[in-house]
Amino acid sequence: MYSKDDENYFIVDAHIALWDARPQNLRNIHGKQFIDCFYDYHRNLSPESEVWSYEDYLYQGGDRLMKDIFDEGHVDHAIFQPAALGEFYLNGFGQTEEAFALAQAHPDKLTYNHNWDPRFGEQGLKQLREDAKRFDLKGAKLYTAEWHGDSRGWKLDDIWSYRYLEAAQELGIKNIHIHKGPTIRPLDRDAFDVADVDKVATDFTDLNFVVEHCGLPRLEDFCWIATQEPNVHAGLAVAMPFIHTRPKYFGQIIGELLYWIGEDRIQFSSDYAIWTPRWLVERFVDFQIPEELSEYAPLTTQQKKKILGLNAAAMYDIPVPAELQLPREEPQAAAVA
Amino acid sequence: MGSREQALAALDAVIDPELDEPITELGFVRSLDVDGGRVTVHLRLPTSFCSPNFAYLMASDSKDALVALPWTREVVVELDDHHDSELINRGLAADAGYRGTFAHEAEDSLDGLRETFRRKAHTAAMERVLTRMLRAGLAEADLGDVTLGDLPDDDATRALLRRRAAIGLGAGPGLPVLVDHAGTTYRAEEVPLRLRMARATRISIDGNAHFCRGLLATRYPDEPSRGGDPVMKEAAS
Repeated sequence: MYSKDDENYFIVDAHIALWDARPQNLRNIHGKQFIDCFYDYHRNLSPESEVWSYEDYLYQGGDRLMKDIFDEGHVDHAIFQPAALGEFYLNGFGQTEEAFALAQAHPDKLTYNHNWDPRFGEQGLKQLREDAKRFDLKGAKLYTAEWHGDSRGWKLDDIWSYRYLEAAQELGIKNIHIHKGPTIRPLDRDAFDVADVDKVATDFTDLNFVVEHCGLPRLEDFCWIATQEPNVHAGLAVAMPFIHTRPKYFGQIIGELLYWIGEDRIQFSSDYAIWTPRWLVERFVDFQIPEELSEYAPLTTQQKKKILGLNAAAMYDIPVPAELQLPREEPQAAAVA
Repeated sequence: MGSREQALAALDAVIDPELDEPITELGFVRSLDVDGGRVTVHLRLPTSFCSPNFAYLMASDSKDALVALPWTREVVVELDDHHDSELINRGLAADAGYRGTFAHEAEDSLDGLRETFRRKAHTAAMERVLTRMLRAGLAEADLGDVTLGDLPDDDATRALLRRRAAIGLGAGPGLPVLVDHAGTTYRAEEVPLRLRMARATRISIDGNAHFCRGLLATRYPDEPSRGGDPVMKEAAS
């Protein structure tokens, strides 16, 4: 919980990771390129006081994660969204066993989502059924830019992807977080195209699709799809830290999202460990859309409360103490499918 | 103009289609060496995982631009520090073309991709001039009536005219500003929505440019670019 100016905020960090990019886990040069790319995002967009050493950045471990997110980060509940990256890291990037054990030790604080890759075919489907049972999955993280043999990406509307989504629906894995990387093959087309989200959102109306970094760098395509599909949501991973480096630009992103999809379908996340939640939560509570952007209405406290936690809590059935909920007459996250 | 200056000027014409800015201004030219008729260029990008199709476009456009200079005899363009550096550099050296370079990952050509981003660049330039007029007091209902002749003679207008020319639209003062890529105007009731959509496009491009400039400066802190300084300017917004 975070309190400021007599207002209390219930905080859900909807996208965190427990990763291992230390040298002994690198499979090849691409593992190093990947974590270096993350580290550049971290260094470039964090306030100076929040920048970690490269060594700290390679691996955090459970104790540090608990401290950064809960002891210091104001967060009430956080959701693991692991990327597998088996082609880059020997034991994968997201540390499944370690993160799951942590979630089991702190079930009130942590939810573990897992991932799948439809290119594993029947065997992967069988694994998905086992994972759903073992991890009691409510959600999954899909990184469509995973490499796999000769393939360097997949689309949500591939035939095998449909089979996995059908299984997810049957297994009660309702919340599908999508991280669009430069993935679309053939390369003739725009690699960040989000059109496949449109198709699966139409065909799987029982599932929620949370598009991380709100479709950036294709915000316009994302917003247009989200206005058509009530089960498409915006995750603020990667967009959040602009609040520090480019506050005016951050105001434009939030202003656009509120205009196109409204206050019930936007979720806060720090994208830990790319960034830490404390400063992001504090800055967001203090944030206001700059006056010169007269095309947007000011951001309200109710909107901030929904974005910082109540929306994701509603999607994941996370209990919110009565005093931290909004007054009853105002519907919360009415659009959650 | 000396040969080095001519080579740089040729590279000024190579545009990052996604950001709609010259690679020289973005700081993507890491080095340029001219030795008689031999030109060697190294390019760099903000991350190892920048989209390989755009990376290839900029690298092959660079080679084409330099080969087109009458005095060049041997042109080597190499992309550094990218996950596909090896593949792309091999393709460039062999003049293998897009399909020859990317094999099973390529289908036909990158022409459609280029056109998509030329249209987005026009949309964003159009939004910039119109939003500025709205902030200065223009009524939303009058947006559809604004013509090129109503715009001030400044950088934003000139940028719009260049983007219009790139997709085959004219520059006559009586032509409407708020149009689609074919130059067609919208019905009055559609106008506010179309401007909102154009705004989302512009914000996407601006945001991407913020990421790219910032990440490039972080990635190569000790290496100023050779083609001009990467200018950290807030995009007109």
